[in-house]
Amino acid sequence: MEERDTYLKSERSQPWREDLRKLISNKERTNMVRVKMNEVDAQVRIKSYVEVNSGLSMEQAQLEASRCIDCPNPTCISGCPVEINIPKFVKRIEQGEFLEAAKVLKETSTLPAVCGRVCPQEKQCEANCFYTLKLKKEPVAIGFLERFAADYEQASGEISIPEIKEKNGVKVGCIGSGPAGLTFAGEMAKSGYEVTVFEALHEIGGVLKYGIPEFRLPNRVVDVEIDALKRMGVQFETNFIVGKTATIEDLKEEGFQAFFAGSGAGLPRFMGIPGENYLGILSSNEYLTRINLMHAAELDSDTPVLSGKNVMVIGGGNTAMDSVRTAKRLGATRAMIVYRRSMDEMPARIEEIEHAKEEGIEFMTLANPIEYFADEKGRVKSVKIQKMELGEPDASGRRRPIPMEGSEEIIEAETVVVSVGVSPNPIVPDSLPDLETTKWGTIVVNPDSLQSSIPEMFAGGDIVRGGATVILAMGDGRRAAQAMHKYLTNKNA
Amino acid sequence: MYEILSKEFFSENVVKLVIHAPRIAKARRAGHFVILKIGEKGERFPLTIAGADRENGTITLVVQKVGVSSRKLVALEVGECITDLVGPLGQATHIEHKGTILACGGGVGVAPLLPIVEAYKKAGNRVITVIAARSKDLIILEDQIKEFSDELIVMTDDGSHGQKGLVTEGMEAAIAREKIDEAIIIGPAVMMKFAAMCTKKHNIPTMVSLNTIMVDGTGMCGACRITVAGKTKFVCVDGPEFDAHQVDFDEMLLRLNGYKEIEKAAESTYLNLNTDSCQIPS
Repeated sequence: MEERDTYLKSERSQPWREDLRKLISNKERTNMVRVKMNEVDAQVRIKSYVEVNSGLSMEQAQLEASRCIDCPNPTCISGCPVEINIPKFVKRIEQGEFLEAAKVLKETSTLPAVCGRVCPQEKQCEANCFYTLKLKKEPVAIGFLERFAADYEQASGEISIPEIKEKNGVKVGCIGSGPAGLTFAGEMAKSGYEVTVFEALHEIGGVLKYGIPEFRLPNRVVDVEIDALKRMGVQFETNFIVGKTATIEDLKEEGFQAFFAGSGAGLPRFMGIPGENYLGILSSNEYLTRINLMHAAELDSDTPVLSGKNVMVIGGGNTAMDSVRTAKRLGATRAMIVYRRSMDEMPARIEEIEHAKEEGIEFMTLANPIEYFADEKGRVKSVKIQKMELGEPDASGRRRPIPMEGSEEIIEAETVVVSVGVSPNPIVPDSLPDLETTKWGTIVVNPDSLQSSIPEMFAGGDIVRGGATVILAMGDGRRAAQAMHKYLTNKNA
Repeated sequence: MYEILSKEFFSENVVKLVIHAPRIAKARRAGHFVILKIGEKGERFPLTIAGADRENGTITLVVQKVGVSSRKLVALEVGECITDLVGPLGQATHIEHKGTILACGGGVGVAPLLPIVEAYKKAGNRVITVIAARSKDLIILEDQIKEFSDELIVMTDDGSHGQKGLVTEGMEAAIAREKIDEAIIIGPAVMMKFAAMCTKKHNIPTMVSLNTIMVDGTGMCGACRITVAGKTKFVCVDGPEFDAHQVDFDEMLLRLNGYKEIEKAAESTYLNLNTDSCQIPS
């Protein structure tokens, strides 16, 4: 911690930062109004997969960056799971040195263009901004600025890759190419390791490809980041399931000395209510995978998808928002969210909820499906919904929803997307009998080093957390890489 | 990568492919399946592995033309490659010495049955195999199955080969003659449903190997879910083999038909664009 503070202080006292601070008074800075993200109009965007947010212009970005007062004690950084040097990159933007700003992001983040789009900044860096904490004003738009710098670099074609230490010839394996795995791979490559990433699917990117839709995170943005990793020497093997295609033992024989499991989410959860296996009732994983990974909505794709005029999505998380907004784009006239608690408890990012509302998504809160009905062919046609009320807070601190007897109503829906969470992917734990897991099937790790009960196996992301965010998975990938580096250095000394 | 090394037509619509896939060949056991994808915009679909050769690094698949994807696979020639191939997936068959095994295969289900029959035989069981199809030209792998079976009963609907009758009639004949300790059934869903009813009647513990719709095949999407003993199970990671007497076949049949209309339309479009030599009359 002290080391970091000293580093941040010395960075802050660089002449360019000092000069910049003097340029505009703090009073002027704090009187400015937070920038609004440019968006494609809701009526236009629901007819295509165009990215909803179109980014900030250079002028907007520089103006927003000048709101940041470059605090002596930048609390925002402590809100960031990968500890980006936020004031430094923001001040580089204010200065107009956009490529330099992108370099700052890459010091600690492998996927800045992704984070700028999908991080819940309002709960992280921006929640810890001086404006939020002390001035009770809208925070500096750190997320928008991060995206701006990363996009600027991607568009410039001058994509920097971080400095790489001399190759040490040590082979390490990474299981899964989602945000945790990609971050881990980048960090290990930087330290000189020979990294191979094993991906079960035919595409690299994990949830960034199969889960998050194009209108929120375009695939090309992810591909640029993956390309940078390839340039850093990271090897990728698709169609490779560690534990099935080859075991950990096989890979050890091939010279791999340690592994990081970032194998992510697995089995979708269903609710166990009558009629749940009728046709037209899918998990959000299936619905989104068909559309995003398999391109089911495109004419030349062989993969079909069932998507009706009345689409009901069960759940209130980001995946539920992604599903319901996808349904709208596939032509649903009525696209509904059914969530058992109230808007206040909804776990999705605020921006996604706002965007969904603009797009005409209906929100039925304090409501829960209890039974499905089908036509003679077995295709779902309606859902029995029960109203809920909120009781005392439960273990999660959120108020527990309680069913209201006699409040049932029937709502028509030919497609139902169940988005109530996932269990961890069972393949890696199943293939390693000695690996300690929880009763939920997540891998048990040391919370600091992310090392599992098998010393050469580290793990992070959803396979450890059960269901979290892209940025927490990235934070895990980074910490696991640091710990594995230490472990291997000691072991090979 | 996944090059097709040989291709043999069992009949007009059923083809055996030998594919270069050394890692899968080494790791696979009886009962495992693979997921394939043909072309960039192809769909992912499962096929149970019919055999493997570890030394040569190959696996064998038997595929019947039933839709766009299987037609695309069959259209590939020797020397061409499968775009994506991943596996081996699912739980392997639990093989042990049980006594007398009744192995039943319908149509192309005989292909995945072959390695299981072989494994049961090698584990010291007496194996009685019943294979069935509509007619003579749809009976596959008869000689290979015979090699590992103590007795082979062949049934055809039209009597053009073996005995005339359904798979269940062949099964009843064997059950009437001797004590069966365990049965395994692989074939079309309807055939498995009725064959399972047959063994249930005689209280013979029975496994079925199911082939449902899958997208990723790695336990992520839940498209393959079925109900077994009242609980939702995922064929890709919990299966593909289940207790035949606990499977809700009617629900499974319903789910298998979920995309029928879309698939039929896609197939006729495909056939219009690709006039291969063996078009089916509509």
